[in-house]
Amino acid sequence: MSVKRDSFSVSITVGAYGSAFGAAAVAAHFSVLQACLLSLLLFSGASQFAVVGVIAAGGTPINAIATSTLLGTRNGLYGLRLAPLLKLRGWRRIIAAQITIDESTGVALAQNNEADMRKGFWFTGFGVFLFWNLFTLAGALGAQAIGDPSAWGLDAAVPAAFLGLLWPRLSDRKAWVLAGFAIVLALTLTPIVPAGIPIISCTLLAIIIGWRK
Amino acid sequence: MSNFWIAVIGSSALAFTIKVLGASVPESVLSHPRILRINNLIPVALLTALVAVNTFADKTKLVLDNRALGMAAAIALLIAKAPFPVVVVGAALTSALAYRYF
Repeated sequence: MSVKRDSFSVSITVGAYGSAFGAAAVAAHFSVLQACLLSLLLFSGASQFAVVGVIAAGGTPINAIATSTLLGTRNGLYGLRLAPLLKLRGWRRIIAAQITIDESTGVALAQNNEADMRKGFWFTGFGVFLFWNLFTLAGALGAQAIGDPSAWGLDAAVPAAFLGLLWPRLSDRKAWVLAGFAIVLALTLTPIVPAGIPIISCTLLAIIIGWRK
Repeated sequence: MSNFWIAVIGSSALAFTIKVLGASVPESVLSHPRILRINNLIPVALLTALVAVNTFADKTKLVLDNRALGMAAAIALLIAKAPFPVVVVGAALTSALAYRYF
């Protein structure tokens, strides 16, 4: 019972945040259809915001794809962790793959027996998928209706969204040090190299800092 | 095809490929501690860079405008442990007010 309750509350809270994505996408000149397709097909919050954020910053599509894909690599590792638990074959494995994200993995791993873990994964995965897509549409339509994005602060909603995603990850000193270097590197590179490159360059910092224990 | 469509389709296809690969390869391949550590740090690096660039950059120029005030509000709300939607709306409102009055 409490698995379903956990799944539902995570789904609705995270799903509602899809409206911020829909609005941010339209503010960055994506169409409503494109915003909705990103939520349906890409379906990974940070990666979706990255596509929009890089394009909004003037980056090329290749840059947007690369940044978004690097942010999505963790979903692959979640899948790796969940595979022995879900034990799926064929089309079920493909469906499960699409809903393997932070939230479905998080709720699954928080349970204390295998049956609840599987339930947590499916309920949260489908729940977030449903609400995230509905709210994306609502946010996109809303933003389309209001005109000038700056007048409504939508230009600040994008970095605020990134900050909200970043905040819980700043859990130790190493993460803070990395964040500090990333700000310096990204802003130093901004006037020198084409837009989008300063962002993806910060991957190097993660590799350098993560290399040693 | 427009840049927007290339970004939408390309990023979606790769995201799905990664998810399916993760569910299909043997666990030993990617579970080296160094790979796991770096993988945990990549989102920190990229999200921080995205915050910085989306706040202080206008294409390839560095600027200080209404968005910076919005971000200050966001940080204050996060420190006060405000929920996610409140942080985003608070930042947007602050930025919108700054945009209108400065």
